[in-house]
Amino acid sequence: MEKLLEVNNLHVSFDTYGGEVKAVRGVDFDVHKGETLAIVGESGSGKSVTTKALMQLLPKPPARIKEGEVLFEGRDLAKLSEKQMQKIRGKDLSMIFQDPMTSLNPTMKVGNQIMEGLIKHQKMSKGEAKRRVLELLELVGIPDAESRMKQYPHQFSGGMRQRVVVAIALACNPKLLIADEPTTALDVTIQAQILELMKNIQKKTDSAIIFITHDLGVVANVADRVAVMYAGKIVEIGTVDDIFYNPQHPYTWGLLGSMPSLDSADEDLYAIQGSPPDMIAPPKGDAFAARNDYALKIDLEQEPPMFKVSDSHYAATWLLHEHAPEIEPPESVKRRMKGMARSASGNSEGDQL
Amino acid sequence: MSQESLLEISNLKQHFKTGRHSVIKAVDGLNFNIYKGETFGLVGESGCGKSTTGRTIIRLYDATEGEVYFNGENVHGKKDKSELKKFNREMQMIFQDPYASLNPRMKVEDIIAEGMDIHGLVENDKQRKEKVHDLLETVGLDQEHANRYPHEFSGGQRQRIGIARALAVDPSFIIADEPISALDVSIQAQVVNLMKQLQRDKELTYLFIAHDLSMVKYISDRIGVMYFGKMVELADADELYKNALHPYTKSLLSAIPLPDPDYERSRVRFNYDPSDHDTSEEPEFREVGPDHWVLCTTNEFEHYKKQLATV
Ligand SMILES: Nc1ncnc2c1ncn2[C@@H]1O[C@H](COP(=O)(O)OP(=O)(O)OP(=O)(O)O)[C@@H](O)[C@H]1O
Ligand SMILES: Nc1ncnc2c1ncn2[C@@H]1O[C@H](COP(=O)(O)OP(=O)(O)OP(=O)(O)O)[C@@H](O)[C@H]1O
Ligand SMILES: [Mg+2]
Ligand SMILES: [Mg+2]
Repeated sequence: MEKLLEVNNLHVSFDTYGGEVKAVRGVDFDVHKGETLAIVGESGSGKSVTTKALMQLLPKPPARIKEGEVLFEGRDLAKLSEKQMQKIRGKDLSMIFQDPMTSLNPTMKVGNQIMEGLIKHQKMSKGEAKRRVLELLELVGIPDAESRMKQYPHQFSGGMRQRVVVAIALACNPKLLIADEPTTALDVTIQAQILELMKNIQKKTDSAIIFITHDLGVVANVADRVAVMYAGKIVEIGTVDDIFYNPQHPYTWGLLGSMPSLDSADEDLYAIQGSPPDMIAPPKGDAFAARNDYALKIDLEQEPPMFKVSDSHYAATWLLHEHAPEIEPPESVKRRMKGMARSASGNSEGDQL
Repeated sequence: MSQESLLEISNLKQHFKTGRHSVIKAVDGLNFNIYKGETFGLVGESGCGKSTTGRTIIRLYDATEGEVYFNGENVHGKKDKSELKKFNREMQMIFQDPYASLNPRMKVEDIIAEGMDIHGLVENDKQRKEKVHDLLETVGLDQEHANRYPHEFSGGQRQRIGIARALAVDPSFIIADEPISALDVSIQAQVVNLMKQLQRDKELTYLFIAHDLSMVKYISDRIGVMYFGKMVELADADELYKNALHPYTKSLLSAIPLPDPDYERSRVRFNYDPSDHDTSEEPEFREVGPDHWVLCTTNEFEHYKKQLATV
């Protein structure tokens, strides 16, 4: 597969009254044409900041890209001027923001907002653009599109606003779509429709998607690969099967364990203890150590490197070091690793741990 | 959980005028009770009127029609200022949108303490600070965060501030409008465990609006399913998942994404087609089995009853 995006050693900080917030602290990943990379991780771990940095959408100041490069089709986006970026944004690169209310203009009719990009980037006539808007609204499941396009955002429900935002992002058939919690505000049936829609468009145009979500069910549905972020770093990355059936990092175990399953209402949810680290003064060593039941002495001293699990699978935990003790994930996690739907391949992989 | 009702919602309607001749019937004749100490889960399609229901119950909107009784008193009939104030403290709301619901010009400390100030719940600055710090800790944030502004927080962190704010005035009933949708799963588990614990400790009653069905099932005692302004099914959480009758509920259940890639690759969804319904008469909300209600016509009623009898 052809490499579309390559992020190398990205560091992003915010200069605030309290000090420098080190939001992203050395992130590396690739995205290939036609693939979907899901980014999961704790709230505040830097998912949105990472992707906004790719799009050069962070306000500077207070934001600052301290180090690193963002190669899109070989060109370093971090070095482009705002004018050059504007040409790429909304055409080759498109983003669905986490916050649907502020990404829509409250004083502008919904239809006009979608038409704007079509006229600007696709050079459509007004009539063409209007027809395309109706088509897009119907595509994302907004009934009665003709009259809805004349309404203002506040007249839409949260989920409907979100669907409009999806429609805007898809309007230009981007090469890379960054979707930040695009379906979080949606009920499961509409969510399923939107996910199918995104997959269909992806198949047709061979576009790549970076999909940020905390819903691991959605990840299992859309992702080819998954990156798990914690405290401004990627702590585990692999194929969707690697991450769900053979997770290595204790933080990933925590994520998988905290999902309720449909038939186990009485068991207490496994919650990762404690709170996220202060990103002004990130802890020494492994940032997750203080909350990690399986922390080793070295975790408090030295940051773990990325250990290779397989060609597709890497994780930053000292537990993978050859001298580390053998440690098994907690029972609730092992159960989930076997697959909630108790699938055959889930079983065999789960047993290896 | 008692069977004593804390809230009785009777024929509640909320219609929005959107043009001279057009009206959106966001909520269109709801009848249900919420028992003391229970968690009532409200789910349904985006735009079906869940938030509007919550906002109308808490009187952010005046109801177009219908009544809401809280502890037997008609909420929408209240005019007296001090009574309103007392009532406002009893009912709190956690909002769906953690971005729009926090005043960007206020420090976190003042956002959380605002309700305590209004209701005179703290005596001095020191006590105010302490309470804010306790609340921040309760929701998994740091004391340091008290002096920051909302924009300095991530989406999930902001939602936790909203929860702390709601808890600050010691309410007895909380409407939580998608309180955890913006949170990552590990914090979701924390918040849900926390909400459950607070419910036990403080005998709180919740109306829990959400679309994450696995979480709703986990936290709710009973669940109501809404479709286009109407309640189409209501039952005990387990009963609803085991014996869903309304085709819309079935389609919702079949669409829950599970954290299992193999399962997702082969998932089969059940699509709801409203035109499949019996149209011989207007459907009504009927009790098909014990405490299991479905919106249906007489024909469908008989059919559903038979279906329940065979399981
Ligand atoms: N404008 C800002 N000023 C200061 N700090 C900021 C700013 N924006 C973000 N941050 C900090 O950067 C870190 C990463 O935030 P980011 O929004 O990327 O989190 P996230 O992983 O997207 O979380 P969520 O899942 O809650 O959306 C957080 O610690 C946040 O507090
Ligand atoms: N202030 C308003 N003016 C006009 N129409 C409104 C207003 N608020 C909501 N609506 C409409 O009422 C309907 C129900 O909206 P509501 O926000 O209650 O939906 P919801 O079930 O909470 O959806 P979601 O899951 O997307 O949040 C929608 O059609 C919406 O467009
Ligand atoms: Mg984010
Ligand atoms: Mg809503």
